[in-house]
Amino acid sequence: MAPAAKAWLVAAWAGYVLAPWYLADPLSALGSGGGLWLGLTRAPWLLPVGLALVAATWPLARGLDRTRAARWLVAAGMGGLAVLWLQGFAVGLSGWGLGLASLLGAPGPAQGGMGLGAAMTATSLLMLFCAGLAGLGWCRGDAFVTSSIGLVVALVGLFVLFPVLTILGSAAGTPGGGASPALFVSRLADPSIWGLGCLAGNGTCGVAWNTLFLAILVGLGTTLLGLAFALIATRTAFRYKKALRLLSLLPIITPPFVIGLALILLFGRSGAVSALLFDVFGVPRSRWIYGLPGILIAQLLAFTPIAFLVLIGVVQGISPSLEEASQTLRARGWVTFATITFPLLRPGLANAFLLGFVESMADFGNPLVLGGNYEVLSTKIFFAIVGASQDQGRAAVLATILLAFTLGAFWVQHAWLGKRSYTTVTGKGDSGLAPPLPRRVAWLCYATAIPWALFTFAVYAIILVGSFVKAMGRDYTPTFEHYLTGFRIEQTPQGLFFSGSAWNSLFVTLKVAVLSAPFTAAIGLLTAYLLTRQTFAGRRAFEFGTMVSFAVPGTVVGISYILAFNVPPVEITGTGLILIICFVFRNMPVAVRSGIASLSQIDKSLDEASHTLGARSFTTVWRVIVPLLRPALVAALVYSFVRAMTAVSAVIFLVSAEYNMATTYIVGRVEAGEFGLAIAYSTALVAVMLVGILLIQLLVGERRLGRRTALAAAPAPALASS
Amino acid sequence: MNATFAQRLMPALGALTLAAAGLLPMAAQAQGSLVLYCGVNEDWCRAASTAFERETGIKVAMTRKSSGEILAQVKAESSNPRADVWWGGTGDPHLQAAEEGLTTDYKSPKVGELQDWAVRPWEQTKGRTVGIYSGALGFGYNAKVLKSRGIPEPKCWADLLDPKFKDEVQVADPNSSGTAYTLLATVVQLMGEDKGFEYMKALHKNVNQYTKSGSAPAKAVSLGETAVGITFMHDMISVAVDNPDVKTVAPCEGTGYEIGSMSIVKGARNLDSAKRWYDWALTPAAQEFGAKTKNFQVPSNKAAPTPPEAPKLAEIKLIPYDFAKYGSSDERRRLLAKWDREVKPLSK
Repeated sequence: MAPAAKAWLVAAWAGYVLAPWYLADPLSALGSGGGLWLGLTRAPWLLPVGLALVAATWPLARGLDRTRAARWLVAAGMGGLAVLWLQGFAVGLSGWGLGLASLLGAPGPAQGGMGLGAAMTATSLLMLFCAGLAGLGWCRGDAFVTSSIGLVVALVGLFVLFPVLTILGSAAGTPGGGASPALFVSRLADPSIWGLGCLAGNGTCGVAWNTLFLAILVGLGTTLLGLAFALIATRTAFRYKKALRLLSLLPIITPPFVIGLALILLFGRSGAVSALLFDVFGVPRSRWIYGLPGILIAQLLAFTPIAFLVLIGVVQGISPSLEEASQTLRARGWVTFATITFPLLRPGLANAFLLGFVESMADFGNPLVLGGNYEVLSTKIFFAIVGASQDQGRAAVLATILLAFTLGAFWVQHAWLGKRSYTTVTGKGDSGLAPPLPRRVAWLCYATAIPWALFTFAVYAIILVGSFVKAMGRDYTPTFEHYLTGFRIEQTPQGLFFSGSAWNSLFVTLKVAVLSAPFTAAIGLLTAYLLTRQTFAGRRAFEFGTMVSFAVPGTVVGISYILAFNVPPVEITGTGLILIICFVFRNMPVAVRSGIASLSQIDKSLDEASHTLGARSFTTVWRVIVPLLRPALVAALVYSFVRAMTAVSAVIFLVSAEYNMATTYIVGRVEAGEFGLAIAYSTALVAVMLVGILLIQLLVGERRLGRRTALAAAPAPALASS
Repeated sequence: MNATFAQRLMPALGALTLAAAGLLPMAAQAQGSLVLYCGVNEDWCRAASTAFERETGIKVAMTRKSSGEILAQVKAESSNPRADVWWGGTGDPHLQAAEEGLTTDYKSPKVGELQDWAVRPWEQTKGRTVGIYSGALGFGYNAKVLKSRGIPEPKCWADLLDPKFKDEVQVADPNSSGTAYTLLATVVQLMGEDKGFEYMKALHKNVNQYTKSGSAPAKAVSLGETAVGITFMHDMISVAVDNPDVKTVAPCEGTGYEIGSMSIVKGARNLDSAKRWYDWALTPAAQEFGAKTKNFQVPSNKAAPTPPEAPKLAEIKLIPYDFAKYGSSDERRRLLAKWDREVKPLSK
């Protein structure tokens, strides 16, 4: 047995015997204690878990050979996990679960949520199972790969699929609690979802078409703008690159509602620009911003940076020597761009589009503020759950449609990328020099990116001004009042006292964001590695599973987390942990996408070289792949950090008195009409996030590829690494 | 470089894992604590829970959400309830929760001190929910905007049908907002169902936007984004105290009202604390926190002073709103479906 497997075996026994099996809950009838002790005294249903552990220890005790030991491990791991899972549902919080009450008589024994001991045992059993599979020769006998796959599958299954299936199951539910397929069909065929009235010129189109149309526009728009920014940042000598980069990143670190609010203050009927146009040119004031134009502009502002983050890594990774070769063959700049550069950008473009598309579908804040009478699925779902009609079944149907669209986009992306190779980062040192952009392309980029950057700047100027004046739009008296209300610090005899009303939520938000970002990046990039570098059965299904949580609207995720995790076996509502888990699995797809985009550029021969030199998979990942993935790592860390600080809809149901988040606080301010305080708090958050992003950049560092700079006389060494 | 990179990250990851484990629940359900889901404005929630803490020594864990969100959450948590008291928010979701058995009955000694309208939901639900404040439906307008367009100031529901108000009226979507549902139920009771729906259809021509949130039109009126907004009067007054251009109107034909309510969640873990909060929240002293935090609803205790800014219920023609009928799930579903079918798809 491998040393790692032995360690897991020890951990499994420690979890079962030593650590407290249940959560500390004074209401629990069983009290505290290790699983073995409780199993022998009060909770006999825990004893089979011990049997599984004995079975896992058997080969070690008998000194069985590798294959037979592996068989024991697989059987023990699988059996143990199954028993653990089943007993968790069979013995519920208030008696028998799974319909056992009618068989065995109510109420039966009860148990609380699983605690540290159960978690340790379950994890160790999973790892032993994976070690067993490796022992049987799965994934070329590589225990690191089987364990990684097992871990990701288990986590995604537990924290994504399990809650989502819980709520989608209610799609056919009747208000009374039963189920009716006919009701499901009638909900699905509702003309308010699929109507095509707008094409015929009367009435409005169904909400499904609205959402799809908007998402396609946003996907295309963000990809183009992101590409323009990425090309300018990497391939031109544009003087204000740094400023442009920073400006393009601002929207991603802006809490929701704020961009929408700023757009209203600029272009609303009483907005600054509208007033100017009216006074100077007599353009009548109108409400054009409410509806498709408003949502589109706000989403383009908000999601372009994501496309930029994905694309910049890809543009940097394109091997200049291919382009130089093309030029050597006398291809003109434009031809090189069209036939070499652009096709190599395809994985980046496809992933950027997919992210923009899915983000737009899941976006909730902007349609809420700017939607007007343009209905989209995300808001419709939110109000199906919390609105006056309280129809969870309808929400589930709408969420299913949303998921179907995402699945569709995912499939189209795969078809477009096809099976071509996009490898450009190889072990051979690339001494090529990236050609400057052809003039036509460069001008196109400038023409797209610069006005957009100026526009972004205007929006942020409004936000900054708004936080320092009494009431934006009415009373422009300068004041610090909003900041003082939120962030007052008083000097008391006991030391500093944070008396501002925003401090508490800010601290919690920071803690959750800082904790969730590294986990998101780690699990996301690990998944990307498995998807691009390993072949195993069900890989495509696995890939889709990781995308699901992204496509499910936040509100649905929130409610489904309560439904799934408010009762044992996994009982984590009301804790800070549920917020972290929610963020990790909601933001993981971005880490996966950017990881895949970068990994498909890195030549497999690098891994192979490492293997040939005797490194194991884990070593290869740590020492070869992760350093090359730095741009993707930055993208994943930044994105998940920022998203944890700015997400709204998913956390509305997950926050508790102790763990309140900044965004729910801001939404409360907006609801109460205190725009000044909301904007001031948002500005403070933006500042905090900027610092966070700089720290991440500093910690991870830049990826150094073997590329020549224009001034370097001698070719740079192959891969700059010491 | 690569090795140092790995070495730098490894301990960081380890430390983070430990820190995350530290966030595991230390389920603190000690004696003398209370989990409160609060449905009124944040300031009010905070002021009241702090005062209660100070008076009783019971630690209050308060979370503020809209009443629809609270109902959705209480429903989702029903197999393992987290909350003890649901305080505030419009009455319909409270009635619905009582109907679905999500809340429990309690006879507070203070019930005798309440206005009749506050006791009625209590009797109707056999003690599961009680009124703590009320507010009349009305509308508000931005005098500056109306003046610049030369539109006369509206006084009655009927005035809003004037073609001059085309694209100038904002109201929430009754599917998403209890406020807008109250409007629908009010005109149906005021004019009869057929005439009421005729009114909604005619109003539809003048509506520029059906907002999602019930109080959003008040903010739009204040910003000048719409001339008229239909909301509860206290929502409009809340923006009017900051913006003198905003005027609040009690419609001349008469109007409906909401009863902000309070319920104890069934299976509450801190039932004794919940009852203490319940009794306390019905006292005049507790009910004054609304006005102190600029929320101008009418309190339900007869002895509690009505804030001077609040609409005088005595001077408003209130209709005899039938909460039993229009608060029931079936009737609501029927009216909403009819509105969806007959009003919303109409072209303007």
